[in-house]
Amino acid sequence: MSDARATLPTGANPLAASADAMVTVTTKKRARSTKAMIDRYKWYEVAALYAGMAVFLFFVLAPFIEGFSVSLKPLSQLFSTPYNFIPQNGSFDAYFQMWQSVPMLGMHIFNSFFISSVVTLIVVIIVVPAAYAFARFQFAGSGLMLGGFLAVNMFSGAVLLIPLFRLMRQLGLLNTYWAMIVPGAAFLIPSSIWLLRTYMLRIPRELDEAARVDGASRLYTLRRVILPLAMPGIVVVAIMTFIGAYAQQFIFALTFNSRTEFMPLPVGLFAFFGKQEVQWNELMAASFVGILPVMIVIVFLQRYLVAGLTAGAVKQ
Amino acid sequence: MLSFTNAALRPTYDFVGWANYQRIFGAGNFTEVILRTFIWTFFSVATKMIIGTLGATLLNAAIPGQTLFRILTMPPRIVPMAIGIFMWGWMYNGQFGMISGLLQNFGIISKPWPILAQGNSAFWATIVTDVWIGVPMVTIYLLAAMQSIPKDLYEAAWTDGAGRFYRFRRITLPLMMPAMLTMSLLSLIATFNSFDIIWILTRGGPSGSTTTMIIDTYKTAIGSRKYGEGAARAVVICIFVSIFCLVYFRAVRKLSQGEAK
Repeated sequence: MSDARATLPTGANPLAASADAMVTVTTKKRARSTKAMIDRYKWYEVAALYAGMAVFLFFVLAPFIEGFSVSLKPLSQLFSTPYNFIPQNGSFDAYFQMWQSVPMLGMHIFNSFFISSVVTLIVVIIVVPAAYAFARFQFAGSGLMLGGFLAVNMFSGAVLLIPLFRLMRQLGLLNTYWAMIVPGAAFLIPSSIWLLRTYMLRIPRELDEAARVDGASRLYTLRRVILPLAMPGIVVVAIMTFIGAYAQQFIFALTFNSRTEFMPLPVGLFAFFGKQEVQWNELMAASFVGILPVMIVIVFLQRYLVAGLTAGAVKQ
Repeated sequence: MLSFTNAALRPTYDFVGWANYQRIFGAGNFTEVILRTFIWTFFSVATKMIIGTLGATLLNAAIPGQTLFRILTMPPRIVPMAIGIFMWGWMYNGQFGMISGLLQNFGIISKPWPILAQGNSAFWATIVTDVWIGVPMVTIYLLAAMQSIPKDLYEAAWTDGAGRFYRFRRITLPLMMPAMLTMSLLSLIATFNSFDIIWILTRGGPSGSTTTMIIDTYKTAIGSRKYGEGAARAVVICIFVSIFCLVYFRAVRKLSQGEAK
């Protein structure tokens, strides 16, 4: 390469040019080799890394593996004593039978989705203007309110269950969808506001001011300037809310609702316990059908998820 | 407010002053429950942090399959908690579950081991499940913290001949301290409030050996319909959580000041 450079006619001083090229080449080479060397592992290090990863992932995934193996076994084999990890003459029967043994199962899965979707919708509608307000305006008590939201986030639903129960009874919301939607949304709003506010703070204020100079109203600015720019943040908030609502709908549903047709999946699964012997294989099969959509979501939205999980935890 | 009344299912109730508090602290088992909650929380958070740090270190290593491993870390956090707990419940089953079964297959134990039926093992089993649910969050968060450490520091140390473990100990760990502190406080609060796991696995049993404060409150208020007394128990929890919150805010402020310098 230095030869090629040296023969170029344009160079006033070919020697110096070639020396220059030499220097850049060597530094480049060194930079590359440094990077490679620092990330290069000896074979036993690689082996140790994969072994550690295997142990770690086994801990994380063991219940799913076990659950899947259970869902393939017929009940008779499930309750036989020498334990067999690999199902013999396993079949997908449980995935078909479960719809008969718990007729409301489809309804439960639908409820889970319905509740989570409504919660997500409510949260996004409330959170977008709120986060905008917190990100842009300094009003009396804004800091206090933000702190308050964070503090609310720290109390679990279980602590506030009794007051909530009385509230729901007074409002006449017990045994309706709203009894599960309202507290679910209420508990997810604070962290969502924090998340989206952090995101909106990163949008330069100059854009607002430019829109204002052009005569745009506040709402118009929010709709036409901020919303499009904040879209990735809003998507993260929506995903996190949906997953949160999907994952956490146990305690409220258990306490505030006793009507079978309104039960979400996690509570509805208890129906499998009502039989003379627990239909474990069908229970597991139903669980897998229930979590399958969420699993697909994480595979596709993995990038957003990592951002959401970490930003949600930093809070500042 | 409710904690000062004797509210039950009846529509009216009277103010009874501190009687509810006297009753719960006089009963003797409440202090035991508080102590148990703290032990449970401590072991759970400590284990989460250790596994989370190790996991983040592994996920940070530049080996093929990195992205796949990162995705596979997340399921416990994503699936409905109750479903994950059902699966653990089956694994803990003494007759037919995976843990007892595999241990028997390998000849480590000779008899079926009903993990959730014995107080001691049930206590540890609920901790393991709680760790399982908390680990993805801790791991991913610490991984993000690890990746925000400037690469130059490692390269400078590498040039000076620092080994991998030395670099981890002298660069990674000190720079991750703020993130680890934040995360352990957050998971402390989450663990302290954890309800679903214990309720589904053991309902606070056998003979109260896994009854933490939250479970205790739920049993009193919703189970026995003693709203007043339950509210008193809830207030005690609120006080503890408030203390944690204060520590958290103090720590965050201190850290952000430290960063400003």
